Amino acid sequence: MTDSLSADVERLLLDATTSRSRRVKNRLASIWMIGALLVALVPLTLVIGYVLFKGIGQLSLAWFTEDLPTITRKAGGGMGPAIVGTLLITFVAALMAIPLGILGAIYLHEYGGKGRTARLIRFMADVMTGVPSIVMGLFVYTVWTLTFGLNGFGGSLALGCLMLPIIIRTTEEMLRLVPDELRQASYALGNRKWRTILTVVLPAAFGGITSGVMIAIARAAGETAPLVFTIGAARNLNLNIFEGPMTALSVQIFGNAQTPFEAAQARAWGAALTLVGIVFAMTILARVVSSRVARRHSA
Amino acid sequence: MTVLLSDDGIAPHGGGDASSLLEPTSGRRGDSAFKTVALAAGLAVLAILGLIAYSTTKEAWPAFQQEGLGFITSSTWIPAENKFGALAFIYGTVLSSLIALVLAVPVSLGIALYANEAAPRRLRKPVVYVMDLLAAIPSVVYGLWGIIVLAPAIQPVYKAISGAVGDVPVLGWFFNGESGRSYMTAGIILAIMITPIITSLSREVIATVPSAQREAAYGMGATRWEMIRAAVLPWSRGGIVGSVMLGLGRAMGETIAVALVIGSQPQISTHLFETGDSMAAVIVNQFGEASGTHRAALIGLGVVLFGVTIIVNVSARGIVSRFDRRSQGA
Repeated sequence: MTDSLSADVERLLLDATTSRSRRVKNRLASIWMIGALLVALVPLTLVIGYVLFKGIGQLSLAWFTEDLPTITRKAGGGMGPAIVGTLLITFVAALMAIPLGILGAIYLHEYGGKGRTARLIRFMADVMTGVPSIVMGLFVYTVWTLTFGLNGFGGSLALGCLMLPIIIRTTEEMLRLVPDELRQASYALGNRKWRTILTVVLPAAFGGITSGVMIAIARAAGETAPLVFTIGAARNLNLNIFEGPMTALSVQIFGNAQTPFEAAQARAWGAALTLVGIVFAMTILARVVSSRVARRHSA
Repeated sequence: MTVLLSDDGIAPHGGGDASSLLEPTSGRRGDSAFKTVALAAGLAVLAILGLIAYSTTKEAWPAFQQEGLGFITSSTWIPAENKFGALAFIYGTVLSSLIALVLAVPVSLGIALYANEAAPRRLRKPVVYVMDLLAAIPSVVYGLWGIIVLAPAIQPVYKAISGAVGDVPVLGWFFNGESGRSYMTAGIILAIMITPIITSLSREVIATVPSAQREAAYGMGATRWEMIRAAVLPWSRGGIVGSVMLGLGRAMGETIAVALVIGSQPQISTHLFETGDSMAAVIVNQFGEASGTHRAALIGLGVVLFGVTIIVNVSARGIVSRFDRRSQGA
């Protein structure tokens, strides 16, 4: 947008016509902007570097398959139950949040529009994205865990509540990009509105919705606070999310990071690498999907 | 991230009432049923928010009743003596979040301006990409890095600083203490976590500045910095304030990373390098062993946190949407 003057011409003009102090200020501003980027790169590099180098030694077949060790301070055992726990709890959360979120977005864009109800829901969905994850955890504790005890489903409920507003808002954004001509063409063929939405609008927005949903899932998979007091603590594999405690990668990182034992801390790094791997894979996949969609749109 | 700022700039909504032309044919019931289901899904958001407020307040009630206003004005938190004053935690939450803002805002704005105004075209996408990756790293991983790597490494730095300026008035009030796990460390970790949020939100706002304004400024002979000050910043000020506040809301609610690096010692001190505690952190640290009024008090902290973040978020959205309307009207 701002490249209307090419960099060379710009510099030439500046040199010819600009006083020294204005040039200095401009230079300082550029230094600030580039410096800011470099400053932000430092922690990113350090964190990813540490996770990679400290975590990579942990990975082995046993890491993915074995149960957690019974004695925290000793090495050995694996992260199997936590990996399965993270995937299972997040999956069930997504199963609840995706249909609800997409339907909510359909209401907002296809039915509600600028009406009062839709505006209220839209505003509250935005507010809900700002609710701290620990508050979601406490909420699920009061409505689920107090009655049904510690189990994986409590964690799924909390993560689902965190995903819901993100899915609603990104999906609505994607529905907006579907050209009205498609809807009108469908109506002209005699389709009802609900059939139009299900068979024309949603398929047209599918790529964008998928990408938004995956971002929401990736964010939820990394959450810790909502799980700490809803899923309990298990060392063994538990595939039944409605019965008995489970564990998750994030919870294992949190627990092991607080211990002074080297073996436990090493396990925390290993779990961090596994978790970051899962989250990055989903984020990058989401980007690939959305850029492919963008390319199709521009073509 | 792309959706957060656009509040009511909705395009003419899809479909309109074209389908009503086809009234008498079959399937009409299908239409109203589908609309009802969709509406119910939308209303779920309101229901969940209402239920959060109701059920947490109900569980926290014994603590609120026992402590009254003292819950937020007293700083004596001794579970064994059944005393629950949360002021020190509120203080810690506010202080660590403010440190985070002071560190993150200049960096975020710099990156946002760089990505939109100054970077060579082929660098812009990678910059956004890097910010996305920063945002994707789970907070517990930042916490792990903070407690094992950053806190021990930064402790000598704190020691040197407080040795140098600890006795100087004003500076010494703040830059004092020598604990690796401290308000400052929590603030640094929070700053790293909210930088991508503030960056991407304010980048979106800056992108709405019409290029005619930029070109007008350049046409008057402005340097790039003068163009930014004259054309970009005034236009996007409201949106930038809004995104900073959304970052603040995120920082105040952040739990795990803060719980790991703040030191978990409730005290009210202006010394930035001393241990402290925050609302979210104490909930997660004490909840496991809490029962009775203690547990109610911890849930009560959650209620306070919920209230504060709602206020921060609602006013941020308010600022952003007011600014949106103005810029659309202009």
